[in-house]
Amino acid sequence: MLTLAELVVERGATRVLHGIDLEVRSGEIVALIGANGAGKTTTLHAISALLPVRGGRITLDLGEGTAKRLDRMSPAEVVACGVVQCPEGRQLFASLTVLENLLLGAYRRDDREAVKRDLARMSELFPVLGERRNQSAGSLSGGEQMMLAIARALMARPRLLLLDEPSLGLAPQMVDRIFETILALNREGVTMLLVEQNALAALEIADRAYVLETGRIVQSGTGAALLDDPAVRAAYLGLGA
Amino acid sequence: MTAPPFLPGPKAALAMLGAAAVVAFADLYLSTYAVTLLSLVMLNVALAVSLQLTNGLTGLFSLGHPAFMTVGGYVAAILTYPVRRKGFMMPDLPDWLATAQWDLLPATLVGAAVAALLALVVGIAVLRLKGHYLAVATLGLIVIVRVVINNLDGYTRGGLGLSGVPRLTGPWEVLVFTLLTVGLVWRIKHASLGRAMMAMRENELAARCMGIDAFALKLLAFVLGAFLAGAAGALTVHLVSVITPGAYGIPLAFSLVVMVVVGGSGSITGAVLAAIAISLLSEFARPLEEGLELYGLSQVLVALGLILVLRLRPTGLFGSREPAGLGRPRFSGGTS
Repeated sequence: MLTLAELVVERGATRVLHGIDLEVRSGEIVALIGANGAGKTTTLHAISALLPVRGGRITLDLGEGTAKRLDRMSPAEVVACGVVQCPEGRQLFASLTVLENLLLGAYRRDDREAVKRDLARMSELFPVLGERRNQSAGSLSGGEQMMLAIARALMARPRLLLLDEPSLGLAPQMVDRIFETILALNREGVTMLLVEQNALAALEIADRAYVLETGRIVQSGTGAALLDDPAVRAAYLGLGA
Repeated sequence: MTAPPFLPGPKAALAMLGAAAVVAFADLYLSTYAVTLLSLVMLNVALAVSLQLTNGLTGLFSLGHPAFMTVGGYVAAILTYPVRRKGFMMPDLPDWLATAQWDLLPATLVGAAVAALLALVVGIAVLRLKGHYLAVATLGLIVIVRVVINNLDGYTRGGLGLSGVPRLTGPWEVLVFTLLTVGLVWRIKHASLGRAMMAMRENELAARCMGIDAFALKLLAFVLGAFLAGAAGALTVHLVSVITPGAYGIPLAFSLVVMVVVGGSGSITGAVLAAIAISLLSEFARPLEEGLELYGLSQVLVALGLILVLRLRPTGLFGSREPAGLGRPRFSGGTS
């Protein structure tokens, strides 16, 4: 569905990604793991066109032989293609209500009836959001805010969901719940590219994974294979060989 | 999601009728001074509410309203000025302008459009930058507009100002304009567009992740605000019959920003009430200033009021919201 080829991205004068290749197939959860500063968030920002691409290509395969080059689009056009990011640190509209946040997720949609149905579905998926729909987003707990961030992204009806560090700053129990939710959403057919520092949790639910080190892909394989890989275990899982 | 409100709710309709009743009463029974004061207060309401678009909802910091008022005011005044005096007052006008004497409505629309065009140029230049560039640029714009008008004396009479502008604006015209402005901003705020503007204010990165075109939205808010300010300037000139290059300057920019902040950034109700209170305060402090020879007292009072509000209630009187029950119930559609 999504292919990154020889992707080069710079932030200011610093080259962050040195030509990475990555693929997400329809229906998969693909994890991108790595240390702080490896370029994980930069990769997602480049896909969402929030950062300019210096070299290489980002291609979205829409099926039936049609493909689009995301690296030549504006952020709004990328969202219109169904590639939606749930950014790191939740990034809610804190003083707006839960409902307003959800409606903003559907900003580019004009199918009002379907938006209404999706709002109802979100409060089935996350009952707490339905209960608190007229409360400001900033007044929710950390876990509830993460659910709202995911629900807001889902309101855009993504074909591909980019999740940046969904476990960040959450209590361990809440991390488990969020990852269960991610897995459940994937079973319903949402394709995902998941960026995580919590490599263990990410590899456990991922179909395939890539390891990013200082702007280069150094390892890739199925989630299970990487969980057993001695180098990955030592460096990212703290489990030894 | 419910449709944006095309009609005002019962309380808003009542407020509109109340405003009309006040204008009718003043028009029938009160002095010319009181009627003019009332009109100027209403114009300040419209200015503060239109500034809410940029500064309140979108979270930009524009100080440009006085510049747009000046441009709108001069353009409209040149268009409505009596032809027989134009040759003497504005010798450099091209023929088609020298022989034109327009009505208030088209002159106001053209004045507002020229102000909006100016905002478009400034906006394209600075709105892509992050930070306080817009505040600095619009502050500079006030000065630039003044200098340009001073030097275009064949069109504007320069520093002498333009007097004898026909008094085409009355309290009813101002009332209609103010209600239209408040109604327009109200509708924008409660529609998807206004929600996107507030999203920009809250978190630009997230707004862009939702597919909101940040630059286009900022430009729209800024240009629309300038259009309304230009129209307000045009109406003001035809109310007081005179305009000078420095008539609307930095002190006014300050007052308008105070109205927005005191009322609550993003709250239309707050801006309306703060504009009324601050306009009346300035007017009633004037005899005090003259009697006690304490010139500038009203500005000191306004500044003190601002400090007090920021200390005691940093989000302004109303925060970003409207009082419950005004207009329509909030989001009835949705998630249950």
